[in-house]
Amino acid sequence: MLSNLGNILLFLNVILSLSIIYTANRNLKISEVIDKKIYQLSLIQSTSIIICFFVLIAAFIVSDFSLITVYQNSHSLKPFFYKIAGTWGNHEGSLLLWAIILSIFSFLFLVYNKNHPNKFRLLTLIIQNILILGFLFFILFNSNPFSRISPIPSEGLGLNPILQDPALAIHPPLLYVGFVGASIYFSAAIASLITNYSEKSFSLSIKNWVLISWCFQTLGILVGSIWAYYELGWGGFWFWDPVENASLLPWFAMTALFHSLIVFEKRNLFYFWVIILCLITFTLSVTGTFLVRSGILNSVHTFASDPSRGIYILIFLSLMIFGSIFLLFQKYKKENYDLNRNSKETFILVNNWFMMFYLITVLLGTIYPIFTDALTDNKISVGPPFYNAIIFPVVVVFLIFMAIGPKAKWIKNKFENIRIYFFILIGAIGLNLVILFFFKSYTLLSNFIIISALFLIISSLMDIAKALKKNKLDFARIISHTSFGFLVLFIGLNDIFSVEKDYNIKLGETKKFENYSIQLQTLDLKNYKNYQAVIGKLEIKNINSNQINILNPEIRIYDKPKTLTYEAAIKTSLVKDYYLTMSNIDRSDYYNIKFQKKPLMAWIWISVIMIVIGGSLRLFSNAKNN
Amino acid sequence: MQKIIKIIILFFFLFIIGIFYLGLTKDTNYSTSSLINKDTPEFKIISFDDSNFYTRDDLKKNNYTLINFWASWCAPCKIEHPILMKLSQKKKLMLLGINFKDKNLQAKTFLSDLGNPYDLLAKDKNGKQSVKFGIYGIPESILINKDLIIIKKFVGPLSVDDYNNIIKIIE
Repeated sequence: MLSNLGNILLFLNVILSLSIIYTANRNLKISEVIDKKIYQLSLIQSTSIIICFFVLIAAFIVSDFSLITVYQNSHSLKPFFYKIAGTWGNHEGSLLLWAIILSIFSFLFLVYNKNHPNKFRLLTLIIQNILILGFLFFILFNSNPFSRISPIPSEGLGLNPILQDPALAIHPPLLYVGFVGASIYFSAAIASLITNYSEKSFSLSIKNWVLISWCFQTLGILVGSIWAYYELGWGGFWFWDPVENASLLPWFAMTALFHSLIVFEKRNLFYFWVIILCLITFTLSVTGTFLVRSGILNSVHTFASDPSRGIYILIFLSLMIFGSIFLLFQKYKKENYDLNRNSKETFILVNNWFMMFYLITVLLGTIYPIFTDALTDNKISVGPPFYNAIIFPVVVVFLIFMAIGPKAKWIKNKFENIRIYFFILIGAIGLNLVILFFFKSYTLLSNFIIISALFLIISSLMDIAKALKKNKLDFARIISHTSFGFLVLFIGLNDIFSVEKDYNIKLGETKKFENYSIQLQTLDLKNYKNYQAVIGKLEIKNINSNQINILNPEIRIYDKPKTLTYEAAIKTSLVKDYYLTMSNIDRSDYYNIKFQKKPLMAWIWISVIMIVIGGSLRLFSNAKNN
Repeated sequence: MQKIIKIIILFFFLFIIGIFYLGLTKDTNYSTSSLINKDTPEFKIISFDDSNFYTRDDLKKNNYTLINFWASWCAPCKIEHPILMKLSQKKKLMLLGINFKDKNLQAKTFLSDLGNPYDLLAKDKNGKQSVKFGIYGIPESILINKDLIIIKKFVGPLSVDDYNNIIKIIE
């Protein structure tokens, strides 16, 4: 029953999309006013796709195993929360989520942009609905979540245990709003090219959408990192895994985009560059989806991959890319940038160069293995050393520009108070020396990174003082820039001061290192609803301060599907995290434990949240000004 | 000029899409079959205690040699370790351990805690020598005979089945 209902709703959506395209197209030819019918159709479209998704959620909740997707990704004994989260924890369901976001953004864009030319709005709607159709066909003919299985299995296969996690329940929806949200400015960019809508006001139509998608993308990446940190058991939070990279690529493009938009809005410059960035962002989102879902790359994320999907997404991607290029070639006019070397415009352009540099580096590292594999039969993997070697030295220069750029003036070629930066630099170097002197020494590159991060932080903080005096405070920018400085600082310090110890330990045994002792006190076996767990009780004692921490890492044995996972025990405080994983050693009564002391972890997460807060503040102030 | 740039851009994207297509149609599973019956590559690898070098000649002395790539940081290496310990009791088989991108002290602790199964122990600090053997994830093991022909390559930790297989081959 649910399967029929779902399929009917999907077909209804196809019809709705087609009729929106048809009506909007006719409207475009005969009248300048947008027909009320189009609003209604668009609203019905969003509502029906949401209902369609709820039908799928219902199927997961009641464990309707006549649906292949439910059978493959759920189990009747799974906790209620994960039954729901399971809806988008798989390929088919998550595509439906894509379609929802595409539709909702399409409707909201239509409603909230009444001040813009109707031709542009209608055309955006048409392009967006072509994208929606593309995804609906993909869902219906290749990845239908409502496909049936017969005979109906009595029990489901269960959800991959490492996905049964609160962070992972919200990670995909957050990321999808970012990924898919980029579609609306892709459509708007195409519409703008076709209708020659290249005035400054075009930036107003998309800037809030860019910010929304950027905020969600950032949060999505953050939640994914937090999950990787405590679930994958390596103690790291970023692995330069191809799929992590796939989420980072559109992020670079978005960041470049909303900085360029500032210039476009203020000076009516960079129109084509803004358009190119709009196109690139969504193209990268779809490329990311292609890389993840086709199974072309091996990574922690390739839980569900299937080459036939790959072909479909690749065709879709090619149409998008070549369509955009064709249009861009037709419309492109050479722009003359007459920029002053020290003006704000120049600095924002520099920001964009940096973003493009990061984007190209990460893109190259991500798809290089595909190239070598396809062309030379050699399998290679590009790991952290490549990214660390190329990205981090450049971060140093980037941070300095990030500190100076915002102080530049529009148009003018003048800087106030150059001397002050010299003092800030001295201050940053001084602080770095303090850390070096009181704690421990680190590499030259780390020194540079810490100094440049401090430089950005101090100069941003001084901005606050100055702006408060003038009563002209740009909170959004200051918060996100300062927080970015802190983010780099904390990542740097965390990397420098992390301690890692690896032992094989027996029950009751104690190991000592530096001023710590670790004792494996007890081992418990516990039964839970969907797994069994061996829980270790380990006492970490700081011999100097006599402070004791108990950590309980687990080895979990899941039934459905049968899997072994190692759960890290983490004790978080504002100053440091203790991180401990335990694994059994076959045919021996020893356990392998890996202990890590990771300073300032919590602050890394907080910095990212602050960056997002900065972005949302800008969004609110934009909304207020409109 | 503009035309040339346009053509270049177009070809660039065509190239990428083409590669993506090729990548899709290729089998992504790592196959070791192409290595079987091939000659062992030339190599010169430094012993773990820095006292001398090992080369192909060292492998000719024994009927069979199992080259095992391992590291103390590698969890699956711990899993296969008991099997290596058992294999080390077989007289007809020589075990050459290659410690891969590891720290000396941690590698030593690993062996003193879990036992040292290796007849010869070498190290490959930056992983360059291992590339010659087509290693890209550890643990991996390569079984070769007296004539230095590769008989079998094992990707991932050795299992009990692999153990039985090796015993069958050498006896």
